[in-house]
Amino acid sequence: MTAVADDCCVTPAPRFGTRKAVLIVAALAAAGLAAVIVFALLSGDAGVVTNFRARLAAPSLFHPFGTDALGRDMLARTLKGLALSFRVGLFAATASTVIALVLALVAAGGPRWADAIVAYLVDMTMGLPHLVLLILISFAFGGGANAVIIAVALTHWPRLTRILRAEILQLRQAEYVTISRNFGKSPLHIARHHFAPHLIPQMLVGLVLMFPHAILHEAGLTFLGFGIEPTTPAIGVLLSESLRYLTAGKWWLGLFPGLALLIAVLAFDAIGNGLRTLTDPRGSQS
Amino acid sequence: MTIWTRFVAIRFLRLALLLAGVAVVAFALAKLSPVDPVTAYLGPNIAKVGPEQRALIAARWGLDQPVTVQFLHWLSNLVSGDFGWSATYNAPVTAVIGSRVAASAALMGLAWLLSGVIGFSLGVIAATFQGGWCDRIIRVYAYVLASTPTFWIAILLLMGFSVALGWTPVCCAAPIGLLPGEATLLQRLHHLILPLVALSILGISQIALHTRAKMIDILESDFATYARAQGASRLDVALRHGARNAALPAITVLFASLGELFGGSILAEQVFAYPGLGSATIEAGVRGDVPLLLAIAMGTTLFVSVGNTIADILYVVADPRIDLASDAALREIGP
Repeated sequence: MTAVADDCCVTPAPRFGTRKAVLIVAALAAAGLAAVIVFALLSGDAGVVTNFRARLAAPSLFHPFGTDALGRDMLARTLKGLALSFRVGLFAATASTVIALVLALVAAGGPRWADAIVAYLVDMTMGLPHLVLLILISFAFGGGANAVIIAVALTHWPRLTRILRAEILQLRQAEYVTISRNFGKSPLHIARHHFAPHLIPQMLVGLVLMFPHAILHEAGLTFLGFGIEPTTPAIGVLLSESLRYLTAGKWWLGLFPGLALLIAVLAFDAIGNGLRTLTDPRGSQS
Repeated sequence: MTIWTRFVAIRFLRLALLLAGVAVVAFALAKLSPVDPVTAYLGPNIAKVGPEQRALIAARWGLDQPVTVQFLHWLSNLVSGDFGWSATYNAPVTAVIGSRVAASAALMGLAWLLSGVIGFSLGVIAATFQGGWCDRIIRVYAYVLASTPTFWIAILLLMGFSVALGWTPVCCAAPIGLLPGEATLLQRLHHLILPLVALSILGISQIALHTRAKMIDILESDFATYARAQGASRLDVALRHGARNAALPAITVLFASLGELFGGSILAEQVFAYPGLGSATIEAGVRGDVPLLLAIAMGTTLFVSVGNTIADILYVVADPRIDLASDAALREIGP
């Protein structure tokens, strides 16, 4: 059906600035995201240890994001939550990309009925509201972190499937592929030398652009109380906890984790657009 | 049969097939769940119930039958309008949904209209003054907000307007202590404002970005150049020629984004404790209320798929160049 509203939230980004600027922004974004991961790996138990003498402290130099009801540092918790989101996002996006590639190959290369079945699967996945499907799948797998990861991994492939399928169909009809075939090149040779160079960049861009969706959906599901245990610092858990102290005016509990999530999502978007600029020859003149 | 009736008929046939498929998948997913429906139903009362009684309940619900029999039974009940019993709300599923659908419809319907009207206007303005400061502001606004999680926007709105300024209520659809039926229209609107704003923000940015792109295409087309050559200003062309051409694609996007709208309403209703279908969905999912969850899944699929089908049809209306007769299995109509 329609391809406009596959998923939530991220619409094709308008181009800001020149190619060089896009690439610089993408590089900065990648560095920032890497810093978050490094912090989460090295920080040990920061953000997990409680300190009852510093409960619900407002942001200060020592605790830039404030502390929560158990005196835990919100900055550390936010960064750990982000790192968790990245892990979920990486796994889910990779799984969805693999699903998309397999289905696209089947649809474009197989018989007509296989194409119809893939089309039907795409329509079905997009016919349910994404969040309802996520809730159903995480319920089916009994909740918990793994159920959330499975749910996010199983639902993000339709858009990329369509893109890859269209690309494969176009490639198959390309003249140089026909010529190559007439010269007696093996299918493996054609796949390696003609198909892969086109498909791999598309897949990479698709993978990175899937990240923001996956992360937002993971946070949304966790926020609603599905999945990740309340003790784990995840962005969704932090935001859902913040609701309890909202009326008491503890604004930092809700503001910073969400802001960090937004920045991370924009960063992944910037990296995806940077990759697309790098790989798409049509974009090079801008 | 004309090409048109055939085209529409095929679309609706696909819709029916789709619903059947979703019914199978949703039922299978619910069956796959390790959550035992009897345990979920009993809750804390589980200590008072022995294994014999559990077996009785399971038999009463038909849980001892093979899965296919259960599925066919459920499906035939569904077709005859019986959606089962919701253990969470201790009422028939139809009654639960019926009591909540009005609140959700008000929230989603208004949000849908607002995103359409405001988003379209912003898109037209941005395209008309392309490259100007107005365009920049709208673009950055739309781009950033399109990536912002709805529930975080909702939390920020609550912090700002309800807690800090005290202009709007903190929760619910009516003042606490009043039954929803007793609240006046004004009170209800007062409680609706924040969820509505939270839900509209996402839609607005999407429609604005889409309309802007379409409008720029139109303003660069030959007839726009011709009109400009005759002395019309860019704004003239945008309003007299562009708006009508860009409206149908925008409406198409609106129809195609009903799924996101419902997803957003689930999140917004959770933050504002707004008693609509979204909060029922969460309750059903968290407590393992399978009949309610399945009914909502089927209902929303119908809602979203009808929207997608309308979007498909509108897209053909908007672009007469699309050839209706060649309706292949995987026709990708759509932007």
